[in-house]
Amino acid sequence: MILRKYLKVYKKFLHTSLASELEYKTNILVDLITSILSLVGSIFLLSIFFQNNGNIGGWKFEQALIIQAIYTILNGITNTWFNPNLTEIVKHIREGTLDFVLLKPIDSQFFISLKKINPSGFLEIMLGFFLLLFCIRINQINLSLSFLSLSLITISCSICILYSLWFFISTTTIWFVKTWNAIEVLRSFLYIGRFPLNSFSFSLRVFFSIFIPIAFITTIPSEVFLGLSQLWKILLEVFVASVFLITSRKFWLFALKFYSSASS
Amino acid sequence: MLEYRVEIALWAISGIIPFFMLNIWTNNNLNESINISDIMLSRYFLCAFFVRQFSVVWVVFSFEEDSLMGKVSPYLIQPLNPFFRYFAQHLAEQITRFPFALIIAFFFFIFNPESLWIPNLGILLLSIVSTFLSFLIQFLIQSIVACLCFWTEKASSIERLLFIPTLFLSGLLAPVVSFPAYVKSWIYLTPFPYLIDFPANLLSGNETNISGGLSMQILWIFLLFPLFKKIWSEGTKKYTAMGS
Repeated sequence: MILRKYLKVYKKFLHTSLASELEYKTNILVDLITSILSLVGSIFLLSIFFQNNGNIGGWKFEQALIIQAIYTILNGITNTWFNPNLTEIVKHIREGTLDFVLLKPIDSQFFISLKKINPSGFLEIMLGFFLLLFCIRINQINLSLSFLSLSLITISCSICILYSLWFFISTTTIWFVKTWNAIEVLRSFLYIGRFPLNSFSFSLRVFFSIFIPIAFITTIPSEVFLGLSQLWKILLEVFVASVFLITSRKFWLFALKFYSSASS
Repeated sequence: MLEYRVEIALWAISGIIPFFMLNIWTNNNLNESINISDIMLSRYFLCAFFVRQFSVVWVVFSFEEDSLMGKVSPYLIQPLNPFFRYFAQHLAEQITRFPFALIIAFFFFIFNPESLWIPNLGILLLSIVSTFLSFLIQFLIQSIVACLCFWTEKASSIERLLFIPTLFLSGLLAPVVSFPAYVKSWIYLTPFPYLIDFPANLLSGNETNISGGLSMQILWIFLLFPLFKKIWSEGTKKYTAMGS
């Protein structure tokens, strides 16, 4: 019953934000070219790394491409859902319009996390999928049901972690008002997700597994694709993802107690 | 500017990508193939970080916001090109960022004490000049893109497009020396290697062609400036304030 109501509301969200985004059609084209170029750029960078080296951190070039593919898909998801909505949260809080959201008879986190959508991110997701299919071919991965379900589980966990990180930073807007730069810091850290975790030194590896779990976001799903992942890593990722989701929810509810609207 | 200390500190932290790249390079011994020692490479990336801190430009985002909000109209009446206003903002923020960049460099040297060096005064001055020239080139390019606001309203997506070649070709993620030959053959004709690679090489004491680099920077400024004036005068003719 409640689920049906939320689905119905979400359909309306999709409709309105697609209609407003499609007003800027050339923008979507420019964004498509941008995402293609940025993929080409990172493959170029990767090819420089592999120029004289057979492997980096134990990953061959073809295997490292899988990480790029997964990163591109996740980045597309970030650009489609997380980025447009969470920049909106900052605006809501700064201008005090969060009041109107809180008054609505619907969950506030649902409303502010899914209100907007940016269709140009879809193209990036598709681009990532094409690269992933290509990688599956060149790495000669056998598709089986258990493999598909495992990779689906790990990628959904990555999406949850990514969402929680973004949502967590946006929530801090309630205290700090301006968080653009914090988002910029997160972005630059996430950039590391383009490379296999093993290619970093030990101390950075620890940092990226514990404080900002970038290791979990791209490396573990890629290992699943290559059939290298152990069961405990997958279970750990599920655990980390649920901790992040629950914490971000609790943190939002906690932060709302401190929300005092603009100019009051 | 001092009001936003935390902001600027975070902004400085967001520029630390070069250090992550350095970690990949040295941790996998990738620099052996391009004949740069670990120490020189770490100096290169530290300098790349510094050059980036003092040449980063965001005029297109400020201008787009002002133009969408209709704030450009009063600026246009004033007998001063509004881009001077943005230019002054950028300079002020660069000065405030300086201490934070120094703190990051301090931590860098604590972790890598062997890469500590003191460039001689002449080189230091030259690299400050070339960093400033690099800032000017980027400021002019972005101002040209910002003027496209007069036509498209959302010029920032074009800027994001231009940012991609800047990111990969300027030497922020990998020194230009390491690029494959088919890229090196044409890259020195574009403005990109002069944005970060050239000033960073100069400051870190890596091999580079000083007079050639500086003259290319000046050449690009002379090419871009008339273009900016042209597009500005065309754009202001075209301009109709929002909502009219």
